[in-house]
Amino acid sequence: MGNHSVATGKKSHLQHHFVDEDQQFESSKFGMWIFLVTEVLMFGGLFVAYIIYRSWHPDLFYMAAQELDVALGATNTVVLIGSSLTIALAIRAIQLDKIKAGINYLVATIGLAATFMIIKYFEYMDKFGKGIYPGSAYSYDGIGHDMAVNFFSIYYMMTGLHGIHVVIGIGLIGWMTIKAKKGLIHSGYYTPVENTGLFWHLVDIIWIFLFPLLYLID
Amino acid sequence: MNRIFEYLLPPQRSTVASEVDSLFTFINVTGFILFMGIMITILIFVIKYRRKSEDDVTPVITHNSILEVTWTVIPIILILIVFSWGFRGFLTLSTPPSNAYEINVTAAAWFWEFRYPDGGTTMNEVYVPVDRPVKFIMRSDDYLHSMYIPDFRVKMDVLPNRYTTAWFEATDTGQSLLFCAEYCGTGHSDMLATVHVLSGNDFEEWLETGLEVDEDMPLAELGEQTFTSAGCNACHTLDGTDRIGPSLAGLFGTDRELDDGSVVEADEDYLRRSLLDPQAEVTAGYPANMPSYAGRLNERQIDGLIAFIKELQDE
Amino acid sequence: MADNKAQTLKIREFPVEENPEHTYLNAEKGIWSWLFTVDHKRIGLLYLFSITLFFFVGGLLALLLRTELLTPAQSIIDADTYNQIFTLHGAIMIFLFIIPSIPAALGNFFLPMMIGAKDVAFPRLNLASWWIYIFGALFALYSIITGAVDTGWTFYTPYSTQTGTSVVSMTFAVFILGFSSILTGINFIVTLHKLRSPGLSWSRMPLFLWSLYATAIIQILATPILAITVLLLAMERILGIGIFDPTMGGDPVLYQHFFWFYSHPAVYIMIVPAFGIISELISTFSRKTIFGYWAIALSSLAIAFIGFLVWGHHMFVSGQSELSSVVFSFLTFFVGVPTGIKIFNWVATMYKGSIDLKTPMLYALSFLFLFTIGGLTGIMIGALSVNVHLHDTYYIVAHFHYVMMGGTVIALLGGLHYWWPKMTGRMYNELWGRITCGIIFVSFNMTFLPQFIMGSQGMPRRYFNYVDQFQGLHQFSTIGSYILGLGFMIMLVYLVWSLFYGPKASSNPWKARSLEWMASSPPAHHNFEYTPVILHGPYDHHQPIREFHMGVAKEADEQTTEAERETT
Repeated sequence: MGNHSVATGKKSHLQHHFVDEDQQFESSKFGMWIFLVTEVLMFGGLFVAYIIYRSWHPDLFYMAAQELDVALGATNTVVLIGSSLTIALAIRAIQLDKIKAGINYLVATIGLAATFMIIKYFEYMDKFGKGIYPGSAYSYDGIGHDMAVNFFSIYYMMTGLHGIHVVIGIGLIGWMTIKAKKGLIHSGYYTPVENTGLFWHLVDIIWIFLFPLLYLID
Repeated sequence: MNRIFEYLLPPQRSTVASEVDSLFTFINVTGFILFMGIMITILIFVIKYRRKSEDDVTPVITHNSILEVTWTVIPIILILIVFSWGFRGFLTLSTPPSNAYEINVTAAAWFWEFRYPDGGTTMNEVYVPVDRPVKFIMRSDDYLHSMYIPDFRVKMDVLPNRYTTAWFEATDTGQSLLFCAEYCGTGHSDMLATVHVLSGNDFEEWLETGLEVDEDMPLAELGEQTFTSAGCNACHTLDGTDRIGPSLAGLFGTDRELDDGSVVEADEDYLRRSLLDPQAEVTAGYPANMPSYAGRLNERQIDGLIAFIKELQDE
Repeated sequence: MADNKAQTLKIREFPVEENPEHTYLNAEKGIWSWLFTVDHKRIGLLYLFSITLFFFVGGLLALLLRTELLTPAQSIIDADTYNQIFTLHGAIMIFLFIIPSIPAALGNFFLPMMIGAKDVAFPRLNLASWWIYIFGALFALYSIITGAVDTGWTFYTPYSTQTGTSVVSMTFAVFILGFSSILTGINFIVTLHKLRSPGLSWSRMPLFLWSLYATAIIQILATPILAITVLLLAMERILGIGIFDPTMGGDPVLYQHFFWFYSHPAVYIMIVPAFGIISELISTFSRKTIFGYWAIALSSLAIAFIGFLVWGHHMFVSGQSELSSVVFSFLTFFVGVPTGIKIFNWVATMYKGSIDLKTPMLYALSFLFLFTIGGLTGIMIGALSVNVHLHDTYYIVAHFHYVMMGGTVIALLGGLHYWWPKMTGRMYNELWGRITCGIIFVSFNMTFLPQFIMGSQGMPRRYFNYVDQFQGLHQFSTIGSYILGLGFMIMLVYLVWSLFYGPKASSNPWKARSLEWMASSPPAHHNFEYTPVILHGPYDHHQPIREFHMGVAKEADEQTTEAERETT
């Protein structure tokens, strides 16, 4: 038994087990929100590890944070906030059927996300150059604290997991761009791009917590 | 009734044992009454209300406030009793008296080492006085272990990064077993020690003489004794089969291929180095996890072990 | 006609001769139509098949362990193999069998049917969760082939970061399996919120669904913590980041906190769905309205909530602060209250009922017996001073087997027999069903009751060698486990036999009242040919089933007209 709703172009995405589009849209969005809860909790585990370590070695966190480049971190914060804006504009444009503008905004978002990753790459390379690696490969002695590696292990875990999310986000936004080009998302059906937007805002928000916790310690 | 609980529990040989056991008994008896109450009710219902015909009509009973409040409140009261009872015992277990006799305990895979205030050490055997609080100050060399003496009802994990403590006051002289209760790999179930509870005088006497090595014992015999008392037998066999480390049978005098590819002859010096700095020369194919015995064995025991291993080759 | 909103149709039982020819089982053919199906019923069966497979693998490993324990010293395997086998037994039974068991197999099949939906909210995600599960299982298999794991299923540091076995691939397997669990949880929550048929208010939801709802919430909230824990553990092994490593300033007790923060709620992921099944069974086979509907429904949520606050009771002697131990012990006891409430409500449901001791009901009664023991011994080990003596002994082993196997597995078997006719369209052999239930009940107690005694006498767990005084009890336990294994083999045989030779089942052989029994046996491809409007509660046993009506929602398609023809 197939899809027995009327097969007009704009309705064909309604899956057979939903009564109508509102139900389908609300379900997708609700599901996405629950998924975001799980994401927050997963990062929450790392934040707990961070809090415990910081309460054990407050001096270490102050000293080690001086090694991080606040200017690059701040730039990245601005870049990500900007990308949150562009994806919001992209969703708005698609809801209004301005597909072309929507695609442009999506591409801009990808550009900003890529900028973030490039800056992150230079930050990592700078650290690696000094011998600041996570875990047992750590060989930097510029910080006068014998637990210095712990801070950077947490730093790499948190920013690394966040970076993976940025890459996944780039993939999703790219997919949305293709969908928009093919005319698969429009004012009648914009659930995927809306959910991608939610995911992207989460990635942004996590960074907004990471930046002060790691870079701005005093 | 008492006989049932005597069967269920190990002998009570410390001051806290009877308190722990009385709570154990209380929960068992209350639980049993509750359990039988529920089971008998079910049995009566099953018999009395068994289906008589397909057209049985049953009443609609959706709830009953009095009943529901009752079976909420009574369990709450019971668990509060059990909680405070268990709390009291736990308080006793976790506050050692200040005058306790302190023994430092080191756990390592897979043996126990006990160091006495006067400087002596024993391995896999611990001697304690009766009727006097004894406190273990414990630390692990490697993994997590757990010090468990069922007869005394004490258990405490032993951690690698900080000291944990446990205390007891033995009430009878005699022997009790000490187990490792936290899983720690291959030799976990062989990581046992014997607790010898001695009377006050015997203990003083043992402190005088027991820690000294018997000078008259032949070296190889002392080595054989050390082989078990120092826990070597957890990893090394005497019959040629591999355990965690290589078997000691026929080991002496052979060429050992090390994990860095070099070859060394298993002579007296090699055996000595292997005991004192085991990670320096590890035989290829075996894990580098043997603990160092430097400071744990005295010179005569080391000589004894070497003599014992030499003798194994002759047989 | 289609705009007539008030139309109803009479609920009736399809007799065997009227069973439809077209069902979900023959809607599509071929292996691919199964492996890539998005039908929740078929996915439920895929899960059922997979968990059965892993249950038998895990069970076989358990029998090997029990055989080794016949003698105090080595009998058939060496210590390292023994350690690997008990690790595998635990990991397989927990991550591959019991966590997905009731929700992913029976839940997937019946959750949409019980709310009158055609499928779960995200059918493709549902299929993805099964594939992710299989992928995780392959990872686990890979780690077995490349050197196995000997850490125990708890992966305690620092042993797990230093042992020479393949811990990394096993932790990745656990990570992946966690994803599968999260996807199922998301699917269930959204489905229950958004896809209920008209008239199926929260207060008319079968208690099985309330329990799945509570379970899904725990899955959503707890599993991400497991993910980050095993990720940290893997990074510790790969990079040596040292968060749990004492030599690098880390803390192994912190690992235990992280681990049990997931794994204690996970215990409720395993047992809460079982509560749901028991509610269905006791009401149906007592043919009586459930007693204390809201008490049972809300106590599931209460258990889910309190379950997040008690993880530290696994760590009374771990070296955590005494104060934490006291607080955790206090909170732990409060899990006992809602659990007790459930048991009392089930017993009260049987009062003045019309009790029929069919196989599923026998399992429900076995559950009450075994789970009550499991629960009461839980009170025992929640008490601080007694816990110090019993922690890490066979008492703990016996306790969680009474809860997990005596509770969850017995409920799963009850549910399996109860819904067997609905899933397969065939009846199993009632006599063999009852005999087997008896065998399993007796041999289960033979296996695990002696372990309570050994534990209180001081036998530590995870022991390959043991002191001689325990040999008699160990041997008794081992004999019990053989009979238990035999019981499961008999069940496998008569259930498979019934698939081919069992008599055809009518649509509602038990005269149950919830919605899944209003569909044919086996159900049609889309469960219901119309969107039902629910007019009755799921436990309305006070009136004969022939007086039941069900509404038909207004729907502008030809299916409705078909349904109309059947209206009175």
